[in-house]
Amino acid sequence: MSRAISVKSSSLQLISFCLALSLAFPLWSQRAANVYAIKGAKVYTLAGPAIENGTVVIRDGKIAAVGANIAVPDDAQVIDAAGLEVYPGMFDPITQMGLNEVGAVSATVDTRELGAFNPELIAATAVNPATAHIPVTRANGITEVLAVPGIGGFDSEGGGVITGQASTFNLAGWTMDEMQIKRSVAMVINWPSIQTRSFDFSTFSFKEKPYTEAKKEYDKSVNELSDWLVRARHYAQAKEKGSPDLFVRDLKLEALVPVVEGKLPVLMVADDARDIRNAVDFCAKQNLKMILASGAESWKVKDLLKEKKIPVILGPTERLPEREDAPYDKPMTQPAELNAAGIPFAFSSFGTSFSRRLPQYAGTAVGYGLPHDEGLKAVMLNAAQILGLADQVGTLEPGKLANIIVTSGDPLEIQTQVRYLFIKGQLTSTDNRHRDLYEEYRKRPVPPR
Amino acid sequence: MKRALLLATVAFAALAPFSVRAQDSNTQKDSAILIKNATILTITHGNIEHGSILIRDGKIAGVGTDLKVPDGATVIDANGQYVMPGIIDCHSHIAIDGGVNEGSVSVSSMANIADVLDPDDMSIYDDLAGGVTAANILHGSANAIGGQTVVIKLRWGKPASQLPFEGALPGIKFALGENPKRSNFSPPPGVEPRYPATRLGVEETIREAFIEARQYKKEWDDYNQKKAAGNENLIPPRRDEKLEPLVEVLEGKRYVHSHCYRADEILMLIRVANEFGFKIRTFQHVLEGYKIADEIAASGAGGSTFSDWWGYKMEAYDAIPYNAALMTDRGVIVSINSDDAEEARHLNQEAAKSMKYGGLSANDALKLVTLNPAIQLGIDNRVGSIEVGKDADLAIFNHDPLSVYAVVQKTLIDGRVYFDRQRDIDARPALEKEKQDLLAKEKKAAEEKKAEGKSESKPEKKPDAKKKQPPTSQSNVGNIAGGGL
Repeated sequence: MSRAISVKSSSLQLISFCLALSLAFPLWSQRAANVYAIKGAKVYTLAGPAIENGTVVIRDGKIAAVGANIAVPDDAQVIDAAGLEVYPGMFDPITQMGLNEVGAVSATVDTRELGAFNPELIAATAVNPATAHIPVTRANGITEVLAVPGIGGFDSEGGGVITGQASTFNLAGWTMDEMQIKRSVAMVINWPSIQTRSFDFSTFSFKEKPYTEAKKEYDKSVNELSDWLVRARHYAQAKEKGSPDLFVRDLKLEALVPVVEGKLPVLMVADDARDIRNAVDFCAKQNLKMILASGAESWKVKDLLKEKKIPVILGPTERLPEREDAPYDKPMTQPAELNAAGIPFAFSSFGTSFSRRLPQYAGTAVGYGLPHDEGLKAVMLNAAQILGLADQVGTLEPGKLANIIVTSGDPLEIQTQVRYLFIKGQLTSTDNRHRDLYEEYRKRPVPPR
Repeated sequence: MKRALLLATVAFAALAPFSVRAQDSNTQKDSAILIKNATILTITHGNIEHGSILIRDGKIAGVGTDLKVPDGATVIDANGQYVMPGIIDCHSHIAIDGGVNEGSVSVSSMANIADVLDPDDMSIYDDLAGGVTAANILHGSANAIGGQTVVIKLRWGKPASQLPFEGALPGIKFALGENPKRSNFSPPPGVEPRYPATRLGVEETIREAFIEARQYKKEWDDYNQKKAAGNENLIPPRRDEKLEPLVEVLEGKRYVHSHCYRADEILMLIRVANEFGFKIRTFQHVLEGYKIADEIAASGAGGSTFSDWWGYKMEAYDAIPYNAALMTDRGVIVSINSDDAEEARHLNQEAAKSMKYGGLSANDALKLVTLNPAIQLGIDNRVGSIEVGKDADLAIFNHDPLSVYAVVQKTLIDGRVYFDRQRDIDARPALEKEKQDLLAKEKKAAEEKKAEGKSESKPEKKPDAKKKQPPTSQSNVGNIAGGGL
C-alpha cells in the first residue's frame, strides 16, 4: 500500500534493491524525492515521434525535460531504463474508483444516491484514498481516473437521471486533496431510454411493457430534465440580476448553472442509436456541451456525432453486440470505425475492479483494425483532451504532471509488465493487495498429509 | 442487454445467423482437409512452424511439416497464422432456454440442463467466433445442489439433439457460499427465506442429501441383488429423480462441478465428499484456491477459475490474478473459464494473463483453455490438443493467440468449418439488404393497415367513435350490420 518510495541514491542497484525491499515492507519517504531522470529508454511522448535512447527529467512533480540529448541534472535520481519503454500513464475516464470497494456490499458502495436528480453530488467527496482498488489498478499502468457517480458497469448498478459530478484524480496520495486533478469535470446524465424490456432483480427475469407505456415514462423523464435546466437558467438570472435580499441558495440549481452556461460538459450516458440521437438533439436545443458515454451504437450515428463535434467515451470493448442482428464483432471494430470517421474517443472500463483491463480493451480494438498509435492515445491522451485536462496530463511534455509508466514493452499487450510507475512525479510502488496475497500464500509450506 | 424493439427486427435477428449458417450446412463435409503453412500449437508435442494438419472424417489424421495434399482434399492456406486446439470453456451458461436457476429448492438435482438446450442462442455463434469449440453448460449457483450439467460442442446450426458432446460424462452443479445462502439479495415480498442462510447450513444441506442418496442406493442395491438371486415377487423401490443423479455421483458416473469461492468452504466440500466416498471433479471459480492449493491437489479435484475478476462481492475480495499460476505450481489441473457469453470470446487473452501474473510458460497458459479443461471434463481422449486421432476441433488465429491482437479467422469442429470470419464479413451486405427489405415490408404493411383503419373510421364522427379503435374484423362486421356498439 506504499504510495511513494524514497530513493536515496542515483545508482540503479540501490533503486532495484529498494523496490525489492518494498515488497517486504514499504519504505515511507519522510521527504519526497523530487528529481528523477529516466534514461536510455524508448520514449513515446504521444506529442511527436518516439525517441530512441531518450531521457525524461522529472522535477517537483512535473515533467521538466524530454528528449534524446537531455543532460541529467546533478541532483537527479537516475533510472536506467535501457531496453524499456516510457509512456504517459493511462487514464480511465469512467470508473467508480474509491466509491465502490465490494460491489455486493452496499456499506462499501457510494455510487447510488436516492432520487433521480442529484446534480449537487460530487464524486470526490467520498473517494476512499485507501481503497485496495487503487494500487491494483495503477500496477497495470493506469495513473489517473475519473470517478463517476451513478453509472457503472459490471460491479455497480446505476440509478437516477442527473447523478452528480465526476471528479478526476491521480492514483496515489494520502488524501483526496493531494490526489485530485480536478474536482468537478463533468455533470453525469443517464439519458432516459425508451426501454420496453428490463431486468427485474426481484424475480430475476426480464419484464416486458408496452411501447406506449415506455414512451410515456421516457417523455416524463425528459420533461423533468428540461424543467431542471430551465429552472437553473432562471436561478442564474435571479442570482445575477435579482435582489440579493430575496435570493435563496439552492444547491441543486447552483450545481446546474455551469452546465446550462456550457462551462461544465455533460457526460451523457446512452447506447441505442435512437437514444443517442435524442440526447444529441436535446443537448443542441439546450446548448449543453455533450460528451457521449458508453455509446454502444455510436457507429450508427457517426455522421451526427461528427457534425455536432461530440466526442465519445466508449464502454468496454468486451461486450456483446447491442442487438442480435448486429455483426458479432461490432464492439471490437467500432473504435476503428470512429477513428476513421474522425470522431474523438477514449476507452474506459465503466468499472472499478475492471479498470486494470483498460489496455486490454484498446489492444483488442487494435486487433480489429484500430491503428496502434491511436489505441495508445485512446487510453493515454484522448480522455484528457475530451475532458479538458490535456494541459495537465496525456503526453510527455515539459510542464505536464509527471504521470509516467516505464514498461517492459507494448503497454497494450497483456503480458507487458509495468516496471516503474511515476505519479505526480513520485516513484510509486506497484505493490498491491493481489501481489501481497500471492507472495504470502506462495510461501505457505506444504501441509502435512 | 438491450434488444431490438421492432417485431420485424426481432424476426430478422433470428434469420441473420441462419443465413450464414445455411452456407455452412450447404458445404459438403469434405472427406479430407489440409491446413498448411501454419504455426501449429499442439499443446502436447510443442509448436510446429510451417506445419500442416490433415483432417479426415472429422478427425486429425496427420500433423507435421511434410504432409502431402491428398487427392480431392480441401486446402486451407494458413500462411502466417496460428492453429491451436479449439478452446474449451469449463463453465458456461450459453445455449440455455429460459432461466438458469431452479431457485425454489436447495437441492434441485432433478433439473437437467440437457432438457433445455437452445441451439438458436446467438451466444453459441459469438463464442464460436472466439475460437470456443466445447463448453460445460451448467445451471446457476442458487442452490447447494443444483441441476445436471452437460458438455456440448458449439455445432451452430445443428438441432439441440446434436449439441451434446458424445460420450462425455454428465455432471452436476453444486454451489457454496454467498449465492446458495442468498447473501446478496432478498426474496421478493411474500416469499419466505430459504434454508440454508449460512455456510454451515450449506454443508448440512449437502450432507443430508447424500445420506438420503446413500439410503436410496441401498434400497435399489438390495432390490437388484434379490432380483438377481431369482426372487421374482418383488416390488421395486419408488424412483426418485432427485436422488438418482446423486447415486450416480456416489457411483462415479457423474462429475461434481462445484461453484465456490472461499478456502474454508472448499475444504468443507472435500471433507463431505470423503465422508461419502466420492470425488469432486472440479472446483469452479475457486477464487481462494491458491490458499489451499495443496489440499485441492491432494483431493484430485481440478480448479476452474477466472483470470482477474475480483471485488464484486465479499467472497471475491481475496481473489488474485495469480490464482491459476499458483494452483498450477502446486499440482492442481487448472482451467480458466468464462461464466459469461462475452468473456468466452477472449479466453485466449484471459489465459495469457497467467503468464504476466505468476509466470506460467506460454504452453502452460494455453493448456488452461485447452487440454486442462478437457481433462477436467473427461474428454481429453477426444479434444484439448492437436494429435493424430483426436477430433479436428481447431481455432485458427491471425497472430499468436496469447497476444491481445490475435483475431480468430476460422473455427472448426469435427473437421467442419463452423465459423469463418471472412465468410461472415462477406455475408453482411446481403444480410443488411434482407433486413432493410423486411423492415420496408413491415412498414408498408403497417401503413396499409393504418390507411385501411382510417377509411373505416372516416364516417364515424360520433362521440363514441374512438371506442371502436383499433378496427378489428369483428367491429367491421358490426359496422356492416349497422349494430354499432
